[in-house]
Amino acid sequence: MYSEQFKESLALVEASREKNIALEPARMTAEQKEKVLASFHPDYKADEFSALKIGPNKGDKVPTELAEILQAHSRITADSVDLTKPAYETDVLVIGGGGAGTAAAIEAHEAGADVMIVTKLRMGDANTMMAEGGIQAADKPNDSPAIHFVDAFGGGHFAAKRELLSKLVCDAPEAIKWLSDLGVEFDKDADGTMVTTHGGGTSRKRMHAAKDYSGAEIMRTLRDEVLNRNIPVVDFTAAIELILDENGKAAGAVLMNMETKELLVAKAKTVIIATGGAGRMHYQGFPTSNHYGATADGLVLGYRAGAKLLYAETLQYHPTGVAFPEQIFGALVTEKVRSLGAKLVNANGEVFMHPLETRDVTAATIIRECSERDNGVDCGNGKGIWLDTPMIEKIGGEGTIMKRIPAMWRMFEKYGIDIRYEPILIYPTLHYQNGGLDIDANCMTTNIENLFVAGEAVGGIHGKNRLMGNSLLDIIVFGRSAGTNAALKAKDTTVGKLTLDHIAKFENEIAGAGIETEMVSPKLLPDYTRKI
Amino acid sequence: MEKLVNIFLFGKKYEVPENLTIMTAMEYAGYQLVRGCGCRNGFCGACATIYRIKGDKELKACLACQTKVEDNMYIATLPFFPLVKQAYDLEKIPVNETVMMQLYPEIYACIGCNACTKSCTQGLNVMQYIAYAQRGEFEKCAEESFDCVMCGVCSSRCPAGISHPQVAMLARRINGKYLAPGCGHLEDRVKEIKDGDFNELIEALMQKPIEEMKELYNNRDIEK
Repeated sequence: MYSEQFKESLALVEASREKNIALEPARMTAEQKEKVLASFHPDYKADEFSALKIGPNKGDKVPTELAEILQAHSRITADSVDLTKPAYETDVLVIGGGGAGTAAAIEAHEAGADVMIVTKLRMGDANTMMAEGGIQAADKPNDSPAIHFVDAFGGGHFAAKRELLSKLVCDAPEAIKWLSDLGVEFDKDADGTMVTTHGGGTSRKRMHAAKDYSGAEIMRTLRDEVLNRNIPVVDFTAAIELILDENGKAAGAVLMNMETKELLVAKAKTVIIATGGAGRMHYQGFPTSNHYGATADGLVLGYRAGAKLLYAETLQYHPTGVAFPEQIFGALVTEKVRSLGAKLVNANGEVFMHPLETRDVTAATIIRECSERDNGVDCGNGKGIWLDTPMIEKIGGEGTIMKRIPAMWRMFEKYGIDIRYEPILIYPTLHYQNGGLDIDANCMTTNIENLFVAGEAVGGIHGKNRLMGNSLLDIIVFGRSAGTNAALKAKDTTVGKLTLDHIAKFENEIAGAGIETEMVSPKLLPDYTRKI
Repeated sequence: MEKLVNIFLFGKKYEVPENLTIMTAMEYAGYQLVRGCGCRNGFCGACATIYRIKGDKELKACLACQTKVEDNMYIATLPFFPLVKQAYDLEKIPVNETVMMQLYPEIYACIGCNACTKSCTQGLNVMQYIAYAQRGEFEKCAEESFDCVMCGVCSSRCPAGISHPQVAMLARRINGKYLAPGCGHLEDRVKEIKDGDFNELIEALMQKPIEEMKELYNNRDIEK
């Protein structure tokens, strides 16, 4: 139930519903898209970015908050630990226990390597767990990896590294099969045909889902498999610094127990960074759909050790974060809500755009509707736009919402809003780090040997914007590949003497560039305690 | 001026705004959370919490990130509960109720008290899905348990020592792998890719100049 302040606008939405359902809104032209992005997308606000003064990407602009942690001090010095006495020794060290990390660990184990996972919260505390809508794969007869490639390449503004993107789309059906064989319950018809829908910017219906718990279903299955294989998982333990060997190859990490602050050394033949995204950095003050630990740790670890970033200036603002009620402000409303037929409607009850443009275009157009055009609804924390969920039941039949998006129903029901009968209020929320560490097609960083990366910490797979359903896909495809390749590489690696010399070297650069900061990084967790 | 309510975190009283969730109220009170906080959106089960409203006999359970504070709420978080997780090889297990008898025999000691269902933070019919698991009805168990976030509150209340979320996890994996219908178009496509059927098309895309890619993208046909 909405309070009095929303009633007037709500009545307009309801009165226009039949008409709006019938409406087929035009898609924007390439020129229209470019214009709305340049004027309203947060990535184009120049004063929110700073040029890096040191490191391999010196001169590149990144979000100011990211520049600060990339150019901050290490939490330790080389003297803080004794590198000759590692607490752990393994072939493959996986940093991060989300979808990419667990997929990597399973495949490294499958390849016969000793592998361990360290994760700063619990295994499964990750954005994977929160991915709702689905996972793309071109496995229907009217589709092909080539069509998938074109959709993703165009959606990412023609900036993806093609060797990474071709791997993504060509390995996608095999990834779905791998997950199915592990017992992931995809939505299927009685004859086994996958139930697939559109996502923003897809030209074929290739979004596979497990209701709207797609990521949770994948994550809990992978976690279960890691436990079945008895792969060691060290939880509540963060990697705070990479360790290189005397030849400059990645050879482990310094770990910190999140509760006792004890420092430990992990020595490894190869290292996989699978630390995920950065939503909890709250770039430009945006709320986020990300999990508690999404603080760009992997980018910091890699950058300080000398690894290169790609497209770190591009972030994804998911068009539909919750704008009301405030208790779930910024939480994700899956794109699947629009895939199933709900349209975006402004305060006057008007459909103002096609609901399935790419995410960056949709987010920018919503921001324009709420700012320049002033057709937003006042939600208390700012303006919002209606997402007319009752349309789903009218289009798909009664019961569609409970069958296809039960998590969304549950999330709003707790606050007295029944999305089957009432629309919801949304506004863009910080969702995904498009950029990250630069890798080759074997998932190894382009300038540190034996350092692999998978998942959201990678840059270049999607270019400068990512399509819905390509992230769950990339954590599986590149997670698996990183695991296999890191295991393979470990077989003919002999680790030299361990060093943390890069810390002092980086400190010199900080001083040399005249950067004055008291900040230490990685940040590890946001601080939401009240400041009096 | 926002209205304040009294809450008791582990018995200690704090005054917090009434519009906060239990999780944000703890942060308002000054807790820098490490445990008991994960996705903050109701999917991960990290923030299982039990509470009692003063004067009320009933002990309630919830997710701290999804529940608003109330006046006189006595709160204890349950950031970890020692669930029993049996390791198994999904490729080798029997696909009938004997797998439950082997791995989780305690489910047959269920006394039907329904404490699990009453405590479920997701409002699931937990006792029912355990009954399905007992009978080897994995598909029904999978469906009934699908929204489980594995927070473990049900198990904390179980006099028979059942680890309900792990039982359901096993049932879902059996259902997904063995009982759900196979997918022909997926098998076909995996084979076509292995056979190299798309190599030429992809090769062409790898080489194409950006301007031609733009043409291709902007004029592609979109399935209705």
